[in-house]
Amino acid sequence: MTRPRTLYEKIWDAHVVEQRPDGTALIFIDRHLVHEVTSPQAFAGLRASGRIVRRPDLTLAVPDHNLPTTARRDASGHRLPIADAESAAQLAALEKNAPEFGIRYIDAVAPEQGIVHVVGPEQGFSLPGTTIVCGDSHTACHGGIGALAFGIGTSEVEHVLATQTLLLQPSKAMEVRVEGEVGPGVSAKDIILHITGTIGAAGGTGHVIEYTGSAIRSLSIEGRLTISNMAIEGGARAGLIAPDETTFEYLKGRPYAPKGADWDAAVAYWKSLTTDPGATYDKVVVIDAADIAPSVTWGTSPEDVVPITGVVPDPASFADPSKQVAAAKSLAYMGLEPGTRMQDVPVENIFIGSCTNSRIEDMRAAAAVIKGRKKAANVKWAIVVPGSGLVKAQAEAEGLDRIFTDAGLEWREPGCSACLAMNPDKVPAGERCASTSNRNFVGRQGPGSRTHLVSPAMAAAAAVTGRLTDVRELIA
Amino acid sequence: MTPLNEVDGRAIPLGLKNIDTDVIIPAHWLKTTSREGMGKGAFEGLRADPANLFDNPPYQGAPILIAGDNFGCGSSREHAAWALGDLGIRVVIAPSYSDIFSGNAVKNGILPVVLPQAAIDRLMEVAATDPVHIDLENQTVTTMFQDRFTFDIDPFRKMCLLEGLDEISLTEKSDAAIGDYEQKLDAERPWMRPAA
Repeated sequence: MTRPRTLYEKIWDAHVVEQRPDGTALIFIDRHLVHEVTSPQAFAGLRASGRIVRRPDLTLAVPDHNLPTTARRDASGHRLPIADAESAAQLAALEKNAPEFGIRYIDAVAPEQGIVHVVGPEQGFSLPGTTIVCGDSHTACHGGIGALAFGIGTSEVEHVLATQTLLLQPSKAMEVRVEGEVGPGVSAKDIILHITGTIGAAGGTGHVIEYTGSAIRSLSIEGRLTISNMAIEGGARAGLIAPDETTFEYLKGRPYAPKGADWDAAVAYWKSLTTDPGATYDKVVVIDAADIAPSVTWGTSPEDVVPITGVVPDPASFADPSKQVAAAKSLAYMGLEPGTRMQDVPVENIFIGSCTNSRIEDMRAAAAVIKGRKKAANVKWAIVVPGSGLVKAQAEAEGLDRIFTDAGLEWREPGCSACLAMNPDKVPAGERCASTSNRNFVGRQGPGSRTHLVSPAMAAAAAVTGRLTDVRELIA
Repeated sequence: MTPLNEVDGRAIPLGLKNIDTDVIIPAHWLKTTSREGMGKGAFEGLRADPANLFDNPPYQGAPILIAGDNFGCGSSREHAAWALGDLGIRVVIAPSYSDIFSGNAVKNGILPVVLPQAAIDRLMEVAATDPVHIDLENQTVTTMFQDRFTFDIDPFRKMCLLEGLDEISLTEKSDAAIGDYEQKLDAERPWMRPAA
């Protein structure tokens, strides 16, 4: 009988091309997602060394970070140029590199275009038990369907393009188990914010986090992708959720997913992808789902989480002296005083989108709160950015776009948008944004921007009241 | 990649924890198709303050940076390593790093030294007035005041840094093994190939 293994060990073991005596292993990469920001230097490297892409069939490119979320075609259907010269140059580089190296490419105006981490699962390109990389730290997202997926730097992008492998040290395995049922108004986003607040921004460093327990198991794929997406915010390069019937149901029939007999063989294999009874994790954290409230961040690290019913903490209340310093700096940047009720914090901007929260379920959750209501007068800018053209089309078929626009929110074209503000969507200096994205770093949404991370329903609630709001008051 | 062994010079005593890669190089600096010239944007937010450490004459061009826990967290952008390199930094000393950043650093000839907080505190003191010496071969950080701290490093990373290795050429030596793996994968799990 073989030693019991964790899900992480099973996927790792199935991908070892060569084990090295120093503990590193050459790992095969099943899927490589490419976008315009972290790839130009890698393609330039290939060109300079005369190398080709080893497995173009396993590589998929789509632009997302730089694209404006305003109309991409004029009234007569012609494609509009990108005004920002640098953004346009990055897009042009990808448009040149993809065909030159024979890579599948979803272009900026294709109906399937979207954020690379929304597109992968949506197209069935991301599959359980595969290794997936992308030059983007939120590649952790794809762990939601049971793939070992992680972000890489541009040198590694070049390495994967050239060899379809990476030389890696195995990570440790960590389990975060969330048991029980969450209360009303509590979404996958609140679960992952609560987890990040509990384990800290470096709590998962050196580990791959497997999310287990009944509260995780009962989530839809959209919710699981939200959870795993933010594994990186807890320091873990990858998250994992064991695939199950919910996963298979989600993937069946998607364009790149296996078909016919291949599908049956794939499902049989995927069913083996669970952590064996008796396997041990290097670290275990157990969370009671009943303890999770709709959550919000107050500072400039994603670990700075409180329930919406809470107050801005006093830096002196932290035991760690370096955290006291960091918290004081955060509060100065955020313009917040200790003891202020989070619900009394006004917001001028609302961003509903990003690879964390831009799938159809997120659109529905936000629309359910907004429906029949109006944006508050003090909210100057409120945009809803669907994660892909297909999400956008589905939302429009359900009439969600009208619910947002009737309330005074803007309905945009898909992309990364104000999550990292590489395109024109920015939060002005000194202003706050209730944002469904993943990072509240200093300057993340634009220089001087102040980000409060929340769920889609909570962002919608803030849009209606003009302040951070307990969504349970609006849905009661 | 430039090989690295001994580094001697002033160390910038930054010391903050959770320095993310958005702080090291803000996103608008990522709109380039080159690896060059990123030092101008390095720590742009912090350097907007005229009294910042980086542009303080003793620390201008300093080859060492001392930071707090979880340095380089957040985005996978290798631009953070390029920016540090362009600023002249060859060694970062911190209690911990994000996994992605430390990998990116090594691939760009930057050594991420891990030392406990107590050692960091001491080096921050020294860095205020005097240089710090790093010896990768012997895995030590020393000062003129007889401080001597040893650090651990993955042997493969150490070799890459000491020899300035190009990892792709190294992996290409395993070309046959990769080919064998691909054949086995096609035989055992043919459904792994994208269907369309």
